[in-house]
Amino acid sequence: MKKLTLPGKISIFIVIGCLATLWFLPMWQIDLRAPQYPGGLSMKIWINDVKGDVDIINGLNHYIGMKTIHKKDFPEFIFLPTMMLIFMGLGLVVLLLNRKFVYYIWTGLFAFIGIFSFYDFYKWEYNYGHNLDPTAPIKIPDMSYTPPLVGYKKMLNFEALSQPDIAGWFYIAAGVILLGMCVYEGRKKVAK
Amino acid sequence: MKKIILTLCSVAAIASMQSCKMKSAESAVQGDAASKVYVAPGKYDEFYNFVSGGFSGQVTVYGLPSGRLLKVIPVFSMFPENGYGYNEETKPMLNTSNGSVPWDDQHHLMLSQTNGEQDGRWIFANANNTPRVARIDLTTFKTMEILQLPNSAGNHSSPFLTENTEYVVAGTRFSVPLGEEDVPISSFKQNFKSTASFISVDKTTGHMSIAFQIMLPGMNLDLSRAGKGPSHGWFFFSCYNTEQAYTLLEVNASQKDKDFIVAVNWKKAEEYAKAGKGKKVPAEYAHNTYDEDKQIATSTMEKEVLVLDPKDCPDMVYMIPCPKSPHGCDVNPTGEYIVGSGKLAALIPVFSFAKITKAIADKQFEGDFYGIPVIKYEAALHGEVKKPGLGPLHTEFDDHGNAYTSMFLSSEVVKWRLSDLQVVDRAPTFYSVGHLMVPGGDTKKPWGKYLVAYNKITKDRYLPTGPELCQSAQLFDISGEKMQLLLDFPTIGEPHYAQACPASLIRDKQVKFFDINKNHHEFVAMGEKKTNVVRNGNRVDVWMTAIRSHLTPDNIEGVYVGDEVYFHVTNLEQDWDIPHGFAIKNNPGAELLIMPGETVTLKYIPTRQGIYPFYCTDFCSALHQEMSGYLRVSPKGSNVPLKFSTGVVADTAAKK
Repeated sequence: MKKLTLPGKISIFIVIGCLATLWFLPMWQIDLRAPQYPGGLSMKIWINDVKGDVDIINGLNHYIGMKTIHKKDFPEFIFLPTMMLIFMGLGLVVLLLNRKFVYYIWTGLFAFIGIFSFYDFYKWEYNYGHNLDPTAPIKIPDMSYTPPLVGYKKMLNFEALSQPDIAGWFYIAAGVILLGMCVYEGRKKVAK
Repeated sequence: MKKIILTLCSVAAIASMQSCKMKSAESAVQGDAASKVYVAPGKYDEFYNFVSGGFSGQVTVYGLPSGRLLKVIPVFSMFPENGYGYNEETKPMLNTSNGSVPWDDQHHLMLSQTNGEQDGRWIFANANNTPRVARIDLTTFKTMEILQLPNSAGNHSSPFLTENTEYVVAGTRFSVPLGEEDVPISSFKQNFKSTASFISVDKTTGHMSIAFQIMLPGMNLDLSRAGKGPSHGWFFFSCYNTEQAYTLLEVNASQKDKDFIVAVNWKKAEEYAKAGKGKKVPAEYAHNTYDEDKQIATSTMEKEVLVLDPKDCPDMVYMIPCPKSPHGCDVNPTGEYIVGSGKLAALIPVFSFAKITKAIADKQFEGDFYGIPVIKYEAALHGEVKKPGLGPLHTEFDDHGNAYTSMFLSSEVVKWRLSDLQVVDRAPTFYSVGHLMVPGGDTKKPWGKYLVAYNKITKDRYLPTGPELCQSAQLFDISGEKMQLLLDFPTIGEPHYAQACPASLIRDKQVKFFDINKNHHEFVAMGEKKTNVVRNGNRVDVWMTAIRSHLTPDNIEGVYVGDEVYFHVTNLEQDWDIPHGFAIKNNPGAELLIMPGETVTLKYIPTRQGIYPFYCTDFCSALHQEMSGYLRVSPKGSNVPLKFSTGVVADTAAKK
């Protein structure tokens, strides 16, 4: 069984550290801008909360019949942090077992969580943008309001820009480190 | 024939010559004036300019240098535009010992100061007609407090204040007998008094209360200024009508060669008040305060006031002779010079504070006025500005040792040096300038960039609007050696004095909306679920909410003719610039204008049966036109049950 290199071991701590930022900083942001909102509106998505100008956005969304956003409606805010905590705990297990293939599995798990989260995020955005109240005052045929998953989109008088926030970038960094280390581990051997 | 031709030719020659013309008053604006006042769209002005509203009773706010009107702050007059004085919350603000007095004549303004410099916390305003002083908060631009003044009439030399806002003063322009006594008008000399009230201001809350009133002989106190720096501790009042005329003042109060500047040692007065030298006399006056927490004003009636008589308080008051009915009495930034502006004089006397104190120490008096020592004119005088112009009224200062005096009669601003009292420039005003204002020009720290002249006569300056014209202000650039006219701009009411401060002093601390969680109004509806309609006898209280784009409840039935209906409308919005309005058909008052997070109450007494629509008056959203509802008013004694709802559609056919 091949053991982990020293950089490999250190990377476990760095990855855990990167992921820990999720509890201190927002991971995603959706910025909205319209002529009437010169300062713009911003929604900050945390691992366990949604903050920013949510109340104002909720107030606006009733015109087109969008559902209002409330923290309590998101089971994600419970299982996402739980999942992440478990993942971080597993990092320590990887360190203890000190085997390269465990590290690869751990990376695989990370990729799975990442893809799952994105899928979940998209599904939520889709529902949110399509599931409109039929009695809404403003109805535009064939118009849906799914915010962009990543990047820019114009919806009626609003421009939306969706992108990772600081903790999101740390999360991405964690992924890059994991992938990079997998390649590194595959090439290097630990001298016995 | 030759002669005739020659005569005709000479007549023709004379006729064709340019006839002599009077100089036109058209101003030639020179150079880069336009670019100096142009504030591009989306950019901000450099200064806030607070301008007294005169007989409008309000305070207006302009931006400088653009001269754009930013806001009218309702103070002493009811204001249907936002319901001030009409709604239940602000009605008490206009209460006096004589009941509601919903109008006044607002003359002077003063920004609060710390160490003789503007601190941007509050602005104080006087009411001349029914003596009152108001305090406006500069985070909300709302009138927070109004204090009535007893034993006073014509509250003119007000609301000038000391360099740390320790006191705001209020001096009587029209002497009256104390205690509202019923005496013959002709007993002026025996019975009429003027008073100088010192209103203490709480350092943190700004709350005002009359600390003491100094009783002075019957005469007209005109303007006033506190000393600063070395003269801190003193207050100077100009006065006229020391002739003590009570009829045809135009003639009878203009007889004496000199009237006075009254110098009050207020630190000494403070000591006397503390030492019990004053007399508590009964007096009834209203003290109205707006409680931000409960969002409602209350009016309390005060019962007595402390009066200090100079007879019992030696070394507290002195008189300095000043030529010809002085108006302005202005202290320069260093606090050393006091400029008296005798409005009928052909010179401007400048007094020296050092000389005044020396004259007092050396007892250089020329007599007394009702027991108050009169300092010798020459002993107090620093010097005179010779031939400055006609009708000097008021002086402000820049930060380079120059003074600017407004000349009402010769209609000009005259710039002169304090050091040698020489006139260095003059600029015409259109027409007849009253007060003038340099931002911070009355403080220790003037911003000598602009000067605004507030003119009393407008005539042909703008497109004519019938016989009643606006007043006109004129902006000058005073940063150079010569004053340069930049801009005319129309003003509201009749501005007297004004104040201006750098925008940065107050711009960033503006309240954008009220936190609904801090709304402790008695009738707040914290959310639509808390809306309600409750009858108590013939009083009906409606807890209503407003949020884009509906009112809750929007259907109300079971109200009868003669009921007192109180609509307590809470604006649930929590975003900047989303006010809602509320108006109901046939209401004899004004609308409500409710800021986000605020609760405001409209009292409505229906006098006839019928259906009364109510609606939001402030275009709040795309569905603003839909933001309405109905009140059903049934005849007195009918048995329509009390019912209210929103979004409920009856499934039965309409019944009568």
